[in-house]
Amino acid sequence: MGDHHHGPAKGLSRWLYTTNHKDIGTMYLWFSFAMFLLGGAFAMIIRAELFQPGMQLVEPAFFNQMTTLHGLIMVFGAIMPSFVGLANWLIPMMIGAPDMALPRMNNWSFWILPPAFLMLASTLLMEGGAPAFGWTFYAPLSTTYAPPSVTFFIFAIHILGVSSIMGSINIIATVMNMRAPGMSYMKMPLFVWTWLITAFLLVAVMPVLAGAVTMMLMDIHFGTSFFSAAGGGDPVLFQHIFWFFGHPEVYIIILPAFGVISQIIPAFSRKPLFGYASMVYATAAIAFLSFIVWAHHMYTVGMPVAGELFFMYATMLIAVPTGVKVFNWVTTMWRGAMTFETPMLFSIGFLVLFTIGGFTGLMLSIAPADFQYHDTYFVVAHFHYVMVAGAVFSMTAAIYFWLPKWTGRMYNETMGKVHFWVSFIGFNITFFPQHFVGLAGMPRRIPDYALQFADFNMMSSIGAFIYGASQLLFLYNVIAAIVSGERVSDEKVWDGAEGLEWTLPSPPPYHTFETPPKIEEQPAH
Amino acid sequence: MRLSQDPTIDTVAKLGAVSVVMFAFVFVVMVPLYNVLCDVLGINGKTSSNAYTAVSAEVDESRAIKVQFIATNNDGMPWAFAPQVTEMVVHPGAANDTLFFAANPTADAMIAQAIPSVSPSRAAEYFHKTECFCFEQQPLEGLGEAEMPLQFIIDQDLPSDIKTITLSYTLFDVTSLMRGKVASR
Repeated sequence: MGDHHHGPAKGLSRWLYTTNHKDIGTMYLWFSFAMFLLGGAFAMIIRAELFQPGMQLVEPAFFNQMTTLHGLIMVFGAIMPSFVGLANWLIPMMIGAPDMALPRMNNWSFWILPPAFLMLASTLLMEGGAPAFGWTFYAPLSTTYAPPSVTFFIFAIHILGVSSIMGSINIIATVMNMRAPGMSYMKMPLFVWTWLITAFLLVAVMPVLAGAVTMMLMDIHFGTSFFSAAGGGDPVLFQHIFWFFGHPEVYIIILPAFGVISQIIPAFSRKPLFGYASMVYATAAIAFLSFIVWAHHMYTVGMPVAGELFFMYATMLIAVPTGVKVFNWVTTMWRGAMTFETPMLFSIGFLVLFTIGGFTGLMLSIAPADFQYHDTYFVVAHFHYVMVAGAVFSMTAAIYFWLPKWTGRMYNETMGKVHFWVSFIGFNITFFPQHFVGLAGMPRRIPDYALQFADFNMMSSIGAFIYGASQLLFLYNVIAAIVSGERVSDEKVWDGAEGLEWTLPSPPPYHTFETPPKIEEQPAH
Repeated sequence: MRLSQDPTIDTVAKLGAVSVVMFAFVFVVMVPLYNVLCDVLGINGKTSSNAYTAVSAEVDESRAIKVQFIATNNDGMPWAFAPQVTEMVVHPGAANDTLFFAANPTADAMIAQAIPSVSPSRAAEYFHKTECFCFEQQPLEGLGEAEMPLQFIIDQDLPSDIKTITLSYTLFDVTSLMRGKVASR
């Protein structure tokens, strides 16, 4: 190898055949942003229909297809791939590795995703329409009563499950085997730690999701009765299997977000992260607890009281490690020399809004109270506070934070701040009123509603249009930065940022750390 | 344990094995475990799908339990389906007999399966069926009728706060499901 450095190949084949972690990270990020806009467009259709009571714009069946595809595309197409993209870009640079451990598999993990989502989106054009049974696809809605397109949905889930598993194996293999000499586990940046734990969760539960959809496939086409009571099966079994996957899944989405916030808040507070070790242990504790709380999603199926109590207390226990994290972030900021650039604004927005989402989660964990909240807009408000203000805000913060490092060009700071405030206000106008209509009994996934909910729904819809529009500003800001942003000369784009990626030039060369860096004695977090 | 000299291949092989094991776990552990737990704990209102063999014939005359019967058709099931009596009072330990009626109003032969559910679900494990039409599928010729027997014993250990038990049957049309299986036999 020696001094032989080469740049990327030219043209389309660069992207098709690339095994470079930076190229693959970029493709993941652009793909997930495209999916974010598609899922967002579906959300706009939902909010436009709910702008006024009564049926206004779309057929109820189409409305159900929109809620289903919005959820599936946002969870599996936007949020998950975006964090995988971030992992691809950053993990090798953060641990001093030249690339991911399995570069060819990395290429494959990405390239099977676009066909999977093309297939999922194409169900909209099929006879009988797209899947309309909600993103949780409960049997028998998704088996006995499903449209014929459900088979394509199942295949799409299989493919993206394979993609996620390959991506996670790659991340674990990279972190375990390719750290630079001296980069011990407890010196790894917290983003690497949270992704390592997330990858273990993915390897453990994506096969469970694959099992669930395989059973659906067999029930629909091969005469088995896993979920059909007529043949001795049980639809409630589906919910247990789904949520055994589904609850770890929500931490798969939020743990990398925690990692991002743990990188950004210290940088703009100009202090090391408070309680590094406790952050690592809290992440591991959350991951462990995620496996024993799944039935809190199904308090109303008729569980024995002992079961309700177990799942209620186990769920409440999650507030402890999560509280450790929130307090550590706040303590990191305490008496720090803080500045409020766009990434920091999004991180603080994350902290405030994620905490609200955490509290509503605690309210939902109380089994007797949940009977009132179950399947209402209160749940919708809760999970959008943790998914959008949690995962998406932290992802946005990450893009603003590392974009100058990746491209060597600065985004427009004023436009970034405008993006933050419009997003923050738009988000809250959208989802805060949904707490109230939910508590008053408005059910989710219904295209029409009682007249007394009209004002809050109109408010929600206006907020959603504002939030949606602000993402176009984000897209413009990122493209403008890449094309004609002011050049960044420093390696350290942000003066408070710590870690190996900030020792590389901006933008980093195509191949980095071909010789492992020297790790200083100070922990690099 | 090392699966390969190359540490990366070793990690990949182990993690690949974990994902295969987790996929198998759903089929060979989660599904049977769920069914066993529902069966053993009597949760979910599931009664045993096998005939019960009475252990002692001692009848507890001091307690009277009201047993109610409900018959429901699942979506699209055209049969007439009803219990002979909607309610009977029984003593724990005693064997009781009753009948359900079914009639097929269509001109085609059909096969039905009745699925039981007991409420309150806590009572399910104390509701023993020594004979039940629900243990087997019920074929009926076009325009055919049938009387379907049910014999049950309420366990003497039934918790004392349970005074009324409701047994509900939902009748499912499994004709198309079974036809494939019979043909393949």
